[in-house]
Amino acid sequence: MSKSIKLKKGFNINLAGKAALQTSTEIVPDTYALKPTDFAGMIRPKVIVKEGDNVKAGTPILFDKKAEGIMYSSPVSGEVVEIKRGEKRKLLEVKILADKQIEYESYNSYSISDIENLDVETAKKQMLNSGVWPNIIQRPYAIVANPEDTPKSIFISGFDSHPLAPDYAYLFKDQDKYFQAGVEILKKFTKGLIHVNLDGNAEVPSIFSQAKDIQINKFFGKHPAGNVGVQIHHIDPINTGEIVWTLNPFGVIQIGKLFLEGKYDSSKLVAIAGSEIKEPKYYSVYGGASLEKIINSQLKQNHVRVISGNVLTGVSVGKKGYLGFYDHMVTIIPEGDQQRFVLTDGWFSITKKRLSFHRAFGLLSFLNNGKEEYVLDTNMNGQKRAFVMTGAFEKVVPMDILPTHLLKAIMAEDFDEMEALGIYEVAEEDLALCEYIDVSKHDVQSIVRKGINLMREG
Amino acid sequence: MKFIQDFLHKVRPNFEKGGKYEKFFYIYEAHETLFFTPADTTKSQGGVQVRDAIDLKRMMMTVILAMVPCLLFGIWNVGHQHFLATGEGGAFLDKIIFGAWYVLPVVVVSYATGLTIEFTFATIRRHEVNEGFLVTGMLIPLIMPPNIPLWQVALATAFAVILAKEVFGGTGMNILNVAMTARAFLYFAYPTDISGEVWTVLDGVATVEGYSGATALAIAASTQAGSVGDAFTSNWNADMFSYSSLFIGTVPGSIGETSTLACLIGAAILIFSGIGSARIILTVFFGAYLMGLIFNLAGANPFMDMPAHYHWVMGGLAFGAVFMATDPVSGTHTDTGKWIYGLLIGMLTVLIRVFNPAYPEGIMLAVLLMNVFAPLIDYYVVQSNKKRRLSRATV
Repeated sequence: MSKSIKLKKGFNINLAGKAALQTSTEIVPDTYALKPTDFAGMIRPKVIVKEGDNVKAGTPILFDKKAEGIMYSSPVSGEVVEIKRGEKRKLLEVKILADKQIEYESYNSYSISDIENLDVETAKKQMLNSGVWPNIIQRPYAIVANPEDTPKSIFISGFDSHPLAPDYAYLFKDQDKYFQAGVEILKKFTKGLIHVNLDGNAEVPSIFSQAKDIQINKFFGKHPAGNVGVQIHHIDPINTGEIVWTLNPFGVIQIGKLFLEGKYDSSKLVAIAGSEIKEPKYYSVYGGASLEKIINSQLKQNHVRVISGNVLTGVSVGKKGYLGFYDHMVTIIPEGDQQRFVLTDGWFSITKKRLSFHRAFGLLSFLNNGKEEYVLDTNMNGQKRAFVMTGAFEKVVPMDILPTHLLKAIMAEDFDEMEALGIYEVAEEDLALCEYIDVSKHDVQSIVRKGINLMREG
Repeated sequence: MKFIQDFLHKVRPNFEKGGKYEKFFYIYEAHETLFFTPADTTKSQGGVQVRDAIDLKRMMMTVILAMVPCLLFGIWNVGHQHFLATGEGGAFLDKIIFGAWYVLPVVVVSYATGLTIEFTFATIRRHEVNEGFLVTGMLIPLIMPPNIPLWQVALATAFAVILAKEVFGGTGMNILNVAMTARAFLYFAYPTDISGEVWTVLDGVATVEGYSGATALAIAASTQAGSVGDAFTSNWNADMFSYSSLFIGTVPGSIGETSTLACLIGAAILIFSGIGSARIILTVFFGAYLMGLIFNLAGANPFMDMPAHYHWVMGGLAFGAVFMATDPVSGTHTDTGKWIYGLLIGMLTVLIRVFNPAYPEGIMLAVLLMNVFAPLIDYYVVQSNKKRRLSRATV
């Protein structure tokens, strides 16, 4: 049965520079990169192409030695121009110089009725070989799903509540038939339901309202209402030993396209947003696109941080960086590497301009109405301290989980305690707001990932 | 502003690695960050890219501001009590000056002693100086009698900071409330200086006829027959212990604790800013009232018969509820635990007041006792969260 869930806890960070609903196709990036670092659970990536090789869109170019069979493919056709490695020869990026006209590796295509009759093993094989499989993320651990598992249900978050998040109705316009085909494929993998969770306060995008064989649930509330982890917790929580798969709607569409048209298509819309961009809007690109050409003419100033993703969970990639595998947005904000004088903008200043979840002395942002847009920079706004404040994390985690105690259990490396307190139900992104609001400036997300890794190894 | 920055940049190399005063880097740093929030930025990956505007300095400053009404009222009241007792009659300004003369040295000694110890430990342990003492250093003077010898303030502060905090690892690690420990230390080490006729500064001046320096709690505890209310009105100053005087705080007592009104202003600041727990503050008051009602039912002596709402305005209950029980480190950490913790502090306070004539003020021992039990309360709250998760699996 469709559920409607109201969440009271959470916090919206309303940043300046939201992308306008228009798409630019004028700028076409030349190079593209596949970055093993985009995949949280990847342990030993191995490249199977060499510099100078020619590849097509959908040609496998690397895999994880610890999870053989799952291929990661080239987003475009062209020449492998660089295999970039870091310390200890850690694989960082495989760069591809794109052809003018993209050629696609050909996979089997099916009609809609064929897809219904397709058996799960054939479907799985095509998904694994073509590079669409990494779209499936499993919980617990928030890593690429193990093809051997059978999930109890599949979750798709139909909206993004992060700061400056792209509008899914715009992002996935006219992709209805691919989405439906993707759902039909995914249905084969689980006996449970495929849940699509939507923002209760927004109009239902047609891509979801027309779809069959899915369970639509509505969520009302502030961020992190759009996080799939929060949604799972309220609809079909994960207990010890259970597995749930999650996908972004883009992944479902990509899978659908693979089976309907027989190609791995990484083309997507990406929102280029943030206070330091002149005209924030959408761009039509392929996955892993180089951001250099797109943002170069758009920067208001040069001392900026370019983040692939959003400000809570994204990665700083630099002005010459590449779009992350799972990202549909790039955020550009000012760097904050300046000292702040105590009275004018430091810890004793009185201001409405600097956003705070708290209402401590001088931080008057709560007086602004909810529509106020903020320009936030990357300054830490203070130094790391021991945990002192209590009761704050609990206000931004809309789950029956005790975040402070879970974090302490991870720091103490207490496995039983971590499990009992719900480590299987969370990913970094679900506690990202705790890190944002933390008075003592702890690295909450790193702690969560450390805990997840400990549980995987343990 | 620019010249401070320039000066700091000029002297900084002396404190950095290889500098002349390398050992004292964290002391330098504490001062630099007092003026300038560092230029540190967020990590490039694996964490948030932006951070909330709050930091611990600002949070502690908010708590100190919440204490200012108590401090200012306390300064005036020390003067007021003096002029009442001596019958001299003083103008508003005279009372302030007299009060400040006695109160400010206590504040200075408390901060000087505590910060010296904090700096010493930061230097030895090579860690940043934590802002926690900025609050403790103000709390300690406010719970001292105005007549307290300054050397005792220094001794109590040193005892509390070292034995209640630093031996456990510093701010954030302590089990007991540091300020309450300081007071408890004096209470047991130098009982004559912190009980009896110490609540009014007489300064050698002769008192008015019939004068007594007893506090409301002392009178209530020593009333043998009749009602506590009658005992209050038959005091040397008949209006002294009326409910409104007790609420406003024009009574003898520790420097900052007499005014329930000032404490409530502080409570409003703490609750509104989200820094003090409303759960704890409300349940302490509720618990005290509840226990008062229970004693009313028993009614074995005049103190038990005293209307329960008098407990709210007598002694240090309000100050303790607002500023001591809400200490986030030594109190309970879970939201559910805070209800239980506050309720028990309130009940225990009244229990100790009424039953134990040796300790007329119960809040100090109630807070310290519940500090010890806070982890136990949290333990059961956390267990129930775990049980919910387990039971979900079997449904």
